[in-house]
Order: sequence, then structure tokens, then C-alpha cells
Amino acid sequence: MTPTLSIRDLTVDIPTRRGTLRVVDGVSWDIAAGEILGVVGESGAGKSMTGAAVMGLLDRPAHVSGGTVALKGEALDPNDEDAMRGVRGRGIGMVFQDPLTSLDPLMTIGDQLTETIRRHLPVGQGEARERAVRALEEVGIPAAADRLDAWPHEFSGGMRQRVVIALALCAEPDLVIADEPTTALDVSVQAQITALLKRLCRERGTAVMLITHDMGVIAETADRVAVLYAGRLAEIGPVRDVLTDPKHPYTQGLMGATPAASAGKGRLWQIPGAMPRAGSLPDGCAFHPRCGKAQDVCRRDPRPEVGRAHPRAACWFPVGEGAEATA
Amino acid sequence: MSLAVVEGLTRRFDVSKPWLERVIGRQPKRSLTAVSDVSMTIEAGRTYALVGESGSGKSTIGRMVAGLLRPSEGEVRIDGEAVRAPRADVQMIFQDPYASLNPRWRVGDIVAEPARARGMEVEPGALLERVGLRAIDAQRYPHEFSGGQRQRIGVARALSSRPRLIVADEPTSALDVSVQAQVLNLMKDLQEETGIAFLLISHDLTVIRHMADVIGVLYLGRLVEEAAPATLFERPAHPYTAMLIDAAPKLDGFGREVPPPVGEIPDPIAPPPGCAYNPRCPLAIDLCRRERPALEPVGPGRAACHRAGEVRLEGVA
Repeated sequence: MTPTLSIRDLTVDIPTRRGTLRVVDGVSWDIAAGEILGVVGESGAGKSMTGAAVMGLLDRPAHVSGGTVALKGEALDPNDEDAMRGVRGRGIGMVFQDPLTSLDPLMTIGDQLTETIRRHLPVGQGEARERAVRALEEVGIPAAADRLDAWPHEFSGGMRQRVVIALALCAEPDLVIADEPTTALDVSVQAQITALLKRLCRERGTAVMLITHDMGVIAETADRVAVLYAGRLAEIGPVRDVLTDPKHPYTQGLMGATPAASAGKGRLWQIPGAMPRAGSLPDGCAFHPRCGKAQDVCRRDPRPEVGRAHPRAACWFPVGEGAEATA
Repeated sequence: MSLAVVEGLTRRFDVSKPWLERVIGRQPKRSLTAVSDVSMTIEAGRTYALVGESGSGKSTIGRMVAGLLRPSEGEVRIDGEAVRAPRADVQMIFQDPYASLNPRWRVGDIVAEPARARGMEVEPGALLERVGLRAIDAQRYPHEFSGGQRQRIGVARALSSRPRLIVADEPTSALDVSVQAQVLNLMKDLQEETGIAFLLISHDLTVIRHMADVIGVLYLGRLVEEAAPATLFERPAHPYTAMLIDAAPKLDGFGREVPPPVGEIPDPIAPPPGCAYNPRCPLAIDLCRRERPALEPVGPGRAACHRAGEVRLEGVA
């Protein structure tokens, strides 16, 4: 079956006066209908850039400089603004971190929903309003019909994010890209929103690309997880496998650095150093200066890639695979 | 040995409309009680952690303990003496390492400031080395450092006046997880070496559990439960604590489906009568809607709940 989203060797460049910064570097993955792919990484790893590239929402001068994006088998051109405007909404729905900036403060909730519905679906005003009420009911907003005429500022943060999800889903898109959808929310509201996103996407068979820095959210929500490091794919696989048996030393380090709710009082794992900035990546594997197991081959090009180096990890010496040479 | 004693701490903020608008609109003055009758004790050399959602009053308590804000009622006492102004022996680490360092000052001047302001001698280079930076970094400016390094500078500054207590308000929530690990390890090392006490304020239960000796759970400005981490996470006595623990995403919670918590934090200007948690509480009875429960000993900790100890965690049989 054709995957809902298929990206191959996606590359995003930002030309600057001092040369071109490659912020996404050859990222590939598929997301099937009804599947949730979690995308994790630290700041600057390229997760939001990848999401923005697929949506065609890169801010100039950033642009897609290589690779392909296909939605249900049809190639998209993320640099073509007019074409992408037609894809967003109907093809790809979006949920961002801050629900207040995602809503127009000068339009009522109902107007924002009916406008979106009428733009994407061939329905009249009356029918659009009915659909808007249903959309609000589905995301758990009480007394939905009465809330249509409310303004965004009259809603709490959690309720606003529900409205944003209703907006993202009201044109029945095939793919939803959610960029840190719960980061600005309290724990109890976060649990409500992730449960909601999970349920709606399962029911409708929507594919989801869930971008977050929170490993716990990934564990509970995603089917598969992709770990990005310095704009490159470090590891990708089923969420349980990647989190309990990481193959890339960076994934292993991330897990060790995360204080687990069930763990004891010991020291947390410290990954030495910091992630290199775009434009100053070392030769070979971008992680080698911070990696305890790095060998000569890691410091040379060609760099390890998922598939060629290991089925799941971009590493010549995957964790626990016995190939660990004695230094 | 108790270092800081917090007793009956209350803080109200005036949230009325501007005077003229109020008079024309004939609106009454309105006040928001951010912190209400909180009592707790911070032991020397230990970490007391305050956890709660936004609006629970945790940062307001932190600022009153640090002497940056005067209480409306009650007091914070250190060595039996009420805190009325910032003190040398109580310092603070802030959440945002980008906003809390003056960009025009050299790092050496930043870290020395709390000591110099009190006429104390201080060696900025040595302070920087204690937090894992280099002595020559004292000559550089904040923008030359990464987020994690800046937070180390914030820690070095807090150490300069040789405090016995550091109030750390969300010290790692702006940081990536690998950088967070560095800062949390540093805080633990400093505590072991110098016997410093921390009042750690965080919304992140995993951080709290990792760091705390005692945990206080706040809801709408009130302390609803207090216990050691082992007790709190295994057998929470208050339904709100249980809800927080159940709702927090778990690293090993693959495909976990728990019924999400109901409702949101109510408006703090008009909190519900009785127990403030009663509209969201699965165990609420009539008594909870009428009468506010007092914080009383429950097992090895304290809880403010009419049905304390009756709640069960989802994942636990």
C-alpha cells in the first residue's frame, strides 16, 4: 500500500552571506495511514525544519534543495507556494506549539472553522456551521454550539489547543503534522490533548508526524520514532525497540540523560560536548566528536546512513551488535 | 536541622481593573490569592521540591523564600529570623539562562555581583571552575556561551555569596535533555561537596523525583500533599497527586491508554468552595464541596484531603 507520506533524501538549505547552512541533510521516511511517527531530537536537530519543509512553510531564504516529498504517492513541490497552499488543510493539517498564535484573535472560533471548512470542502454556510459544531464536539469542547461565537482569548490554553486540532482536522486531511503540540501545556492538559490526537487519528486513519523533544510523549503516543541529530537521521524504528534497545550511541545517550520516573537517585548520563551547528559539521558521522566508541572510519566520509550502516541506525558500530572494535 | 521555616505563607495580588475603569464600571476591587497558608520546612543540605501546574503558586513561594517578594501574611524564617529582603545566604537560579544574565556585563562581573554587592571577597575564576567552566571565561560575554553553559554561569553566580539555600525555579525547563542532565548532575555534586540546600521548583515529575528529598505538591496556591519521593510516587495520598503521576508520560509507557484527567485548573480569582480540587476529583463527596480539608499527617507524609489515602494509581494493582 502506498504510504500516506513518503520523503526521500530531503535536504533543506539556508543560504547565508557566509555560505550555505544545511539544516536538514538527507532525511528519509514513510508514514502509513493511521500511523503516528514520532520525531525527536534536541534544539537545532532539524525536527521543526523537516516538518515545515513537508508543509511548504519554510521561511525564506530556507528552501528544499534536494530530495522528494510524496503525499499518497503524488509528488509535492514544497518550494511552490501556490501549489502547497492547495495541499495544506485538505492534504496536510497542522498543529503548532502555541495555540494562541495559531488562532486569529480577531475572528470568532466559529468563523475560523467555517472559513477553513468552506475553503476545502464543497459545502454551504449552514452545513459548514453544522460541521464546525461537530468538529468542536469531537475534540471535547462542551456546549459546542454556544461556543462558536466565542473569541480565542475566552478559551484556556488547553481549550485553544483543542480548537487548533479541530481546525487541523476539519478538512479531513490525510496527514497531520503536529510540532510540539503539548509543550506549552500543563501535564494534565497534555495528557488530554495527546489522548485526543491519538483517538482522532486512529478513527480516521490519519497519518501523524509528531514532533517533540519529550521522550515520554513519544513512548506513549508514537508507533515508530525517528531520532534526528544535526539535521540527519540517526535512528528510526518501532518505538519500543528504539527506546528500550537503542542502536545509535546518541539515542542511547539521550535515554540515559532522561530522568526516568521509575529510576533511582544515581547520576544521569552526560553526553560530552554539544551538538555541532549547521555549517560546521565534522567529516564522517556528525556525532563522532561526542562518541566514546568512535573509530577512524567514523571520522571519514562517507558517513554512516540508516540502511547502509545498520537497518535501523546510522552508525558503523551499533550499540550491542558485537562489532565494537577494541580501540 | 531545619534551615528555612515557612509558616502560614500567603500572598495576594491585586488584579483589579485600572482605577478609572473600575469607578466608571462600578466594579469592585478584585484580588487573586496566589499562595494560601503554606507551611513547610526546608532542611539544611537537602532538596525540597515544589511541584504543581501553572498558577499553583510555586514560583511565588520561591520568590518569597528568596526575599524578592513580601508575603501578605505569614513569614519565612531562616535561623529564627524573618526574611524581609534578599540575603547573601539565600540565592536564586532562574529558568531562562538567556534572560537572566546581563548581556553587557562580562561573565566574571556577573558571577561576582551577589558577593561584591555585599562587600564580600570573591574569585570569579574559581567559581567558574567549580561549575565546569574555565577561569578565563570570566573575560567573555554571555552571548558567547550555549544555553547549558549559561545556566552554569547562573549557578556560579548563585554560589558566589556562599549561600546555604538556593531557590532553583525551573532551572532546566528551557534546556535540552542532555544539557538538563549536566545541570542536574552539577546541582547534586555541589550539594554533596558543600551541603547546600535547594528549594527546587519544577513542573516536571521526573526531574522532581530524581532530585528531591521531600516533595510538596501545590494546587491553586495550597500545599495539598507533602512526602518523600518513594512514598509520594508509590502511594500518593491526595487524588490530585495521583492524577499528576498518572497523567505524566512514562518512558516505558508504550501504547499506554489511561483515561485522561478531567477538567482544568479553575479560575484562581474565584476558586471553588471547599476543597479546590473537588470539581475534578473522582472521590469527591458532599463534605469536599463544603469544607476545606486541612493539611494533616497521613502515613509518613502530610495530605489535605477528606479521603486521603483512598486513591489508587492507574498502573498499580
